[in-house]
Amino acid sequence: MQKELMKNVYLDNAATTKVRPEVVAAMLPFYTESYGNASSLYRFAQEAHKALEDARATVAKCIGAQANEIIFTGGGSEADNMALRGVAKAYAKKGKHMITTAVEHHAVLHTLEGMAKEGKIELTVLPVDEFGQITAQQVAEAIRPDTILVSVIFANNEVGTINPIAEIGAACRAADVLFHTDAVQAVGHVPVDVAEMNIDLLAMAAHKFHGPKGVGALYVRKGVRLPPLITGGGQERGKRAGTENVPGIVGLATALEMQVAHMQEVSQQVQTKRDRLIAGILETISDVKLNGHPTQRLPNNVNVSIRYIEGESILLMLDLNGIAASSGSACTSGSLDPSHVLLAMGLPHEIAHGSLRLTLSEFTTDEEVDYVLEILPEIVKRLRAMSPLYTK
Amino acid sequence: MYTEKVLDHFQNPRNVGELENADGVGLVGNAKCGDIMQIFLKVNPDTHIIEDVRFKTFGCGAAVATSSLATEMVKGKTIEEAEQLTNAAVVEALEGLPPAKIHCSVLAEEAVKAAIADYRSGKLEAESGK
Repeated sequence: MQKELMKNVYLDNAATTKVRPEVVAAMLPFYTESYGNASSLYRFAQEAHKALEDARATVAKCIGAQANEIIFTGGGSEADNMALRGVAKAYAKKGKHMITTAVEHHAVLHTLEGMAKEGKIELTVLPVDEFGQITAQQVAEAIRPDTILVSVIFANNEVGTINPIAEIGAACRAADVLFHTDAVQAVGHVPVDVAEMNIDLLAMAAHKFHGPKGVGALYVRKGVRLPPLITGGGQERGKRAGTENVPGIVGLATALEMQVAHMQEVSQQVQTKRDRLIAGILETISDVKLNGHPTQRLPNNVNVSIRYIEGESILLMLDLNGIAASSGSACTSGSLDPSHVLLAMGLPHEIAHGSLRLTLSEFTTDEEVDYVLEILPEIVKRLRAMSPLYTK
Repeated sequence: MYTEKVLDHFQNPRNVGELENADGVGLVGNAKCGDIMQIFLKVNPDTHIIEDVRFKTFGCGAAVATSSLATEMVKGKTIEEAEQLTNAAVVEALEGLPPAKIHCSVLAEEAVKAAIADYRSGKLEAESGK
């Protein structure tokens, strides 16, 4: 029986999201009408300048910060780089020890590993538990007199596990050590309050919450010394050179404001679909395991390992059926090792190779969830039939 | 990123499965690297012709496609001809593979050669056992 195919079932919202039409509408005038350089003096540029500062105030409000603590960047990776490299430079006199986790996004992990290799820092990489989580106690125990920064991912991009950020923040504050969090997957999806959580530095990216690509922000708590990463002109109070991307920044602020306004309601809806998807997969497919924390996870993240088959084949089959998803398999990354996150959680290689990530958004429909639950078991059956590992 | 030919072999793999009483079986790769290929041969002892061939593969799209194509390329050939199979010929027949996937074609060549070696060692044992 030929099933009716659906098209463009987009379940890779951890990779990037659709820009809301309202966000595009808010951005457009700053391309075609008020396109003045926000740093210019004349009146023509004043609207752009005002939009920039309004956006800064909006973003600050959404995460419990002050407007002058927000620096706009060219994305999440730049924000992470600015925080990590900046602290290493500004606090070199205090020490060169930094602490992070084994499940960071590569924007943090590769940056820190590179800095350690160059001798700029000494790095401690904390292991995680089976869910990909670390504890505040682990952090507290790893802090040394020469520790200058702790960097912990707020919510993991692969498995969706949320770390105990407030507890870690309190432990860092008590030890007088700066705390940075890569909150790229968390901002706009779960409550974030930098003051309450004792966060000193926080990175976000607009395109993960229905804003445009190529724009992000770094929160830098007042009093934290941080040199610019991009040098040149005096934009962003001398912290980030380059003509301000006013349309992008307006898009970021508009998208974030909309996310935060309806966060509780929307995340509940998305989470209901997530849980239906997880339950359906566990029910209809044998030898499958949920990766990541069962409850302390992003409302939109599903990550499973399906035994005896390989992730890229699953993705290709899904794609042929109109479904866009992601995998932690080595074959999608071009290396021989599967996801460092899954390996750090203790998954054996062959099981990590068979991982599948489905990330929803509020635009995901119930019909799409049903469709995946109809298609996926068939794909698994087909791939297992040709797998030498599957002997049942 | 894949050619139509690769996608065709991935979607409609030729000669999938196992052969009972195969004359030669080759198993290469390992689960750690994410690719395992198994090839089964049925060989005519008089003509040395590979009369039937099957494969089973755990791996990515390219791994499935290269195994499928390799079985097609050796079916009906003599053992001596099949031994000449190269990974480059597999890649060419698939109209190209992404650079990161070339190792899959190498694995397909190795699987065929392992199956042939297994067939030969089985034949030797049979002859020495006479």
